[in-house]
Amino acid sequence: MQNSSSKKHFVAQYKQLVQAITPKSKVGQGCLRAFWVGGSICVLGQVLIDMSMYFWRFTMTQGATFASITLVGVTALLTGIGVFDVIGKYAGAGTVVPITGFANAMVSPAMEFRPEGWVLGTGARLFTIAGPVLVYGISSSVLVGLIYYFLML
Amino acid sequence: MILMYLKAFLVGGALCALGEIIILKTKLTPARILVCYITAGVVLSALGLYTPLVRFAGAGATVPLTGFGHTLAQGAIHAVQETGILGAFTGGLTAAAGGIAAAVFFGFLAALCFKPKPKQ
Repeated sequence: MQNSSSKKHFVAQYKQLVQAITPKSKVGQGCLRAFWVGGSICVLGQVLIDMSMYFWRFTMTQGATFASITLVGVTALLTGIGVFDVIGKYAGAGTVVPITGFANAMVSPAMEFRPEGWVLGTGARLFTIAGPVLVYGISSSVLVGLIYYFLML
Repeated sequence: MILMYLKAFLVGGALCALGEIIILKTKLTPARILVCYITAGVVLSALGLYTPLVRFAGAGATVPLTGFGHTLAQGAIHAVQETGILGAFTGGLTAAAGGIAAAVFFGFLAALCFKPKPKQ
């Protein structure tokens, strides 16, 4: 009898402890992982920019485009062979926020919906997540251009 | 040069850590994070706040999706300066064309070449 009540007490204490610790450490750990993986992807991007500027005399802007294209290509390949999902599960926002997240968001539904056909499966699903991103990105940039035009008048 | 890599790491990492906090605190899906980041990039760039960050951190600012928004906004602004109101519509996509075309092309290519793995 005494044994079971002390056990209950212990379980309650344990639950309290878990509640107190879990959310905080989850955020801390998630941030740390996102930080180092995301940071590393950006360093890789910087290496690509520097390389293209050195070898092909690209400008900074051209280099940034080259880095984006390369990172997108590498992400598509890694998503295809199933490696990207593993990294993504570990890094969370670390792979979502860089342009790799945009590329992965296009590749993975396009692959997944292959059975629905090449046109309405792969072709349409490429834009499941990229569609909204482009809608808001392009719309807001057009708005910025229009505002800038009328401010210049 | 090493300093540039350190700055890219710190700024890029910080933008990702911020995204992680937003995901965990607000339960936003990654798709919404992407939309928020690209829109935030366009707005910050239009206000002139993002260009200094790109100068400071290089790829640390251009590789995250806010950098994509920055490319769109700067493209639109420069095109307006050159060709007037038409530029508002042509500039953004012209500047971001490389990334978008690559994502479509490589995405389609990957879907052609690889079969999805069954989910565990």
